[in-house]
Amino acid sequence: MIVNISKKKVKSDFVTKVEELSGQNLLACYQCGKCSAGCPAISQMDILPNQIIRLAQLGLKNELFKSKSIWVCASCMTCNTRCPKGINVAEVIEAVRQILLRKRKDHVELKDLSEEEKREVPPIALIACFRKFTS
Amino acid sequence: MKLTYYPGCTLKNKAENFENSAIFALNHLGVEVQELSRWNCCGTVFSLTTDDLMHHLAPIRNLIRVKEANSDKVMTLCAMCFNTLKRANEYMKNDPEGLDKLNQFMYREKIKYDGDVEVLHLLELLKDEVKFENIKSKVVKPLTDLKVASYYGCYLVRPQEIGIDDVENPTIIEELISLLGGIPVDFPYKTECCGSYQTVDKPEVVAERTFQILQSVQKNQADVVVVSCPLCAFNLDHRQKETIQIFPGFKNIPILYFTQLMAIAFGCSEDILKFNLHYIDPKPILQEKGLI
Repeated sequence: MIVNISKKKVKSDFVTKVEELSGQNLLACYQCGKCSAGCPAISQMDILPNQIIRLAQLGLKNELFKSKSIWVCASCMTCNTRCPKGINVAEVIEAVRQILLRKRKDHVELKDLSEEEKREVPPIALIACFRKFTS
Repeated sequence: MKLTYYPGCTLKNKAENFENSAIFALNHLGVEVQELSRWNCCGTVFSLTTDDLMHHLAPIRNLIRVKEANSDKVMTLCAMCFNTLKRANEYMKNDPEGLDKLNQFMYREKIKYDGDVEVLHLLELLKDEVKFENIKSKVVKPLTDLKVASYYGCYLVRPQEIGIDDVENPTIIEELISLLGGIPVDFPYKTECCGSYQTVDKPEVVAERTFQILQSVQKNQADVVVVSCPLCAFNLDHRQKETIQIFPGFKNIPILYFTQLMAIAFGCSEDILKFNLHYIDPKPILQEKGLI
C-alpha cells in the first residue's frame, strides 16, 4: 500500500473534526497496539484499531471512509479501558462513522431487511443498529 | 422495600422471561417493584460524539419520569438500558451547560432535571441494598450440582466509571450463583463482546463470536450460561442456529437470565420462566438436575 503523507492532510479540517467529535487528542497515541491486541472484532477488520488512529492522525480520510473496520466496531469499549494513554478509541471510530453518516450516507436501510429478520431480532438490536448506522 | 423500575422495550416482549423471573425473585425477597407508569425507549446506545445532545433526551426524560414518581432511584434489568440511562445521567451531571440546554428544550416537562436520580442495576441492588447475605436463607431449592458460567458482556462493566464491578474480572454474578447453591464456572470470555447489534446486518459475525464464547464455556464444563442483557441472550441463544451451520462440530448449550435461576431457587412455577422464548431448551438439563 502506498500512502502519501502531506502537511495539508495532517492539518486538514478532517483531523480537527475527528478530534472535536470524539473529544480525543489523536497525537497522544504512540502506537503500542494494545487496542488491537484486545479487540474482539479484528478477525473481521481490514485495518486494525491502532491503524485507524494512525490514519486519523495523518488525516487520511479516504482510507478510513472506505474501510470495513469502522462498521465492524460495536463500541464494546475494551480498547478504551485498556489504552495506556487514556484515549477513547471507540469514540474516534464513532467520529469517523458520524462524519460519513452526517453526509446522509446511511450504512443500513430498513427496506433491505425482510419482515422475518425484523421480527426475529429483539427491539434493542434494531434500535441500536439504526442509531449506529444511520444519520 | 419499594423499588421504582424502568423496564425498557425488550423486557415487554422478547425478554418477558427476564422481567417475570426478576419480579418473582424480588417479591420473594420482600421487595415491591413499582414500574414507572409512563416511560419511553432509552435509545439503547449512549451517544459517543461530543455534540450529540439530542440523543441524551430520551434517557433523561425517563429520569424525569422517576422524579414524577416521587423517587430518586431507578432500577433496570436490561444491561443496555442501564448503561444508556446511567451514562446519560453522568454526562449531564458533568455538563451543566448541556443540561441547561436540554431542560430548555424540554420546557413542557413539569420538572426541571438536575441530575439527581440514581440509576442502579438489579445486581447492585441485590448486593448493596437487599444484601447478598440475606439471599441465602430465602433459597428453597438450591441449584445443587448445576455448573453455571456467568457472561457479563460489555454494558454492565464498561466504561469503568459506570461499571457495577471490576472491569476485567467481574465476579458479582458468580457470588450470587454460589449463594443460590450452584457451582460458578470461570471462563476467559466473560466480558468479551458478543457482537451486539451487528446481529441485524451481520449475523454471521455474531455466530463466530457466539462460537468462541460458548466453546470456551464448554471447555470449562459449564451446564448453562447466565446473562443479564436481552441482546446478549439473543446472540448467544438464538444465533446458535447460525453457529452450528458455520461450525458443524459445535454443541448447543442453554442460555438463561440470572434471574431465572434465582426464581428457580426461590421455588417459582414453570410458567414464570417462559421457556418458549428460548431457542435452546434449558428444560432437559434443569430436569436432569432435579430443578424443574
